Amino acid sequence: MGRMIYLKDVVTLALDPEKCVGCGLCLVVCPHAVLGMNAKRARIEDRDACMECGACAQNCPTGAVTVQAGVGCAAAVINAALGRKGDSCCCVIEPTDQGLAQRSDKSQRRRCC
Amino acid sequence: MSLPSLNQPFVVGSIPTAIGAAPQVGASTAWPDRWGSIKARWGVERMHYTVEPGLYGLGHPHERSPVLVTANYKMSFDRLRQALPGRDVWILVLDTQGINVWCAAGKRTFGTTELVRRIEASALPRIVAHRELILPQLAGPGVAAHQVKKLCGFQVVYGPIRATDLPAFLDSGRKATAPMRIKTFSTWERLVLIPVELVSAAKWALMILPAFFLLGGLGGAAPFWSNALNDGIFAVIALLSGLAAGVFFTPLLLPWLPGRPFALKGLGMGLLAALILAALRRPDFGNAQSCLEMLAWFFLVPALSAYLGMNFTGCSTYTSLSGVKKEMKWAVPLEITGGVIGLGLWLGSRWMA
Repeated sequence: MGRMIYLKDVVTLALDPEKCVGCGLCLVVCPHAVLGMNAKRARIEDRDACMECGACAQNCPTGAVTVQAGVGCAAAVINAALGRKGDSCCCVIEPTDQGLAQRSDKSQRRRCC
Repeated sequence: MSLPSLNQPFVVGSIPTAIGAAPQVGASTAWPDRWGSIKARWGVERMHYTVEPGLYGLGHPHERSPVLVTANYKMSFDRLRQALPGRDVWILVLDTQGINVWCAAGKRTFGTTELVRRIEASALPRIVAHRELILPQLAGPGVAAHQVKKLCGFQVVYGPIRATDLPAFLDSGRKATAPMRIKTFSTWERLVLIPVELVSAAKWALMILPAFFLLGGLGGAAPFWSNALNDGIFAVIALLSGLAAGVFFTPLLLPWLPGRPFALKGLGMGLLAALILAALRRPDFGNAQSCLEMLAWFFLVPALSAYLGMNFTGCSTYTSLSGVKKEMKWAVPLEITGGVIGLGLWLGSRWMA
């Protein structure tokens, strides 16, 4: 069984070779071997394997790698659309509306992926 | 400055340090640890399955021993110590509010700020002579290694993704092989995630299934209970098979299901479930009511399964937010339309006879 790949041509990953200092940390932190080294600079080798976790950009000392990081979770997208708190699917705390808020903390229901 | 409490069930002793007694743990887990892990997998007390943040010693660590960093989700902590029998290391537990490393890193609770704060609170520079921290690779989305170095002088080394690869990583002089750096999503890795999804779906099912059962009794030709036991029970079975298709079979067979969007994988599995249901039900093609009822399930079951399949994106290890949003643009309207049409047809079939 080969590696699992999600949708084609959607990710926001970008790399500016001018800014790259070739430290290679982006290759180390990437969980899907998206990046590779070429002539002492990083380059994107397998764009569609990127899951936008943001580890590469977070650990790039010069801001050469950029990505709109987020959690690819449908439940989180729905929760955000419904105005529930929390930006990822693990541990979304459901809102307590005004009437319920006074009751107790127990009215806060938590849900996890 | 403070160290975690010695009064935690898995603590086996204490290690004297510059700022007091640090709790000592072993690599072996006992039955309460294993039972806690099973419960968490089924969603029981999952949000309160924690260890106290701070510095722990595994075995008999000294000032030259490596420092491994993890989250305060107890399953993360246990997996780490289990992987290191016979080793002497420090374990620095960050306060991630009981969330695992990867999810917490995504939210930055396993982040640069908390790491630096925890190093200071634990007086780590006074306890160890070196300035190196080994972090799980999946902490990457939350921690900026260069900033940690700048803020407190510690060099972050990213270890392997899986704790089980740590002995090899440590013995090879901090070198991870290429497979150690790849996040897989094997059948077993998918299977252990299913129970929590199942529990969360079951909560909805307990409200919806009785309603369908009772509605199955209304309308129809025969008396109420006779209808409920025939059409109502079939409705319950049909919904349960849609649920099983989306929550169990779609994750289980994920790599082999056609299509890349998860909703499409779920849809395919749901259609298969509907076909099996039709084969079992054998609708009477001469009877409009019987045909309408079966048609309803050809909308409802795939719509339900597609929705549940789509929800599994959050559990997967390779879906991007951009991709999920793109998928949802067509999947959510399709699921809602399918559900509404299916429900309309089914209710219609109840009042036709």
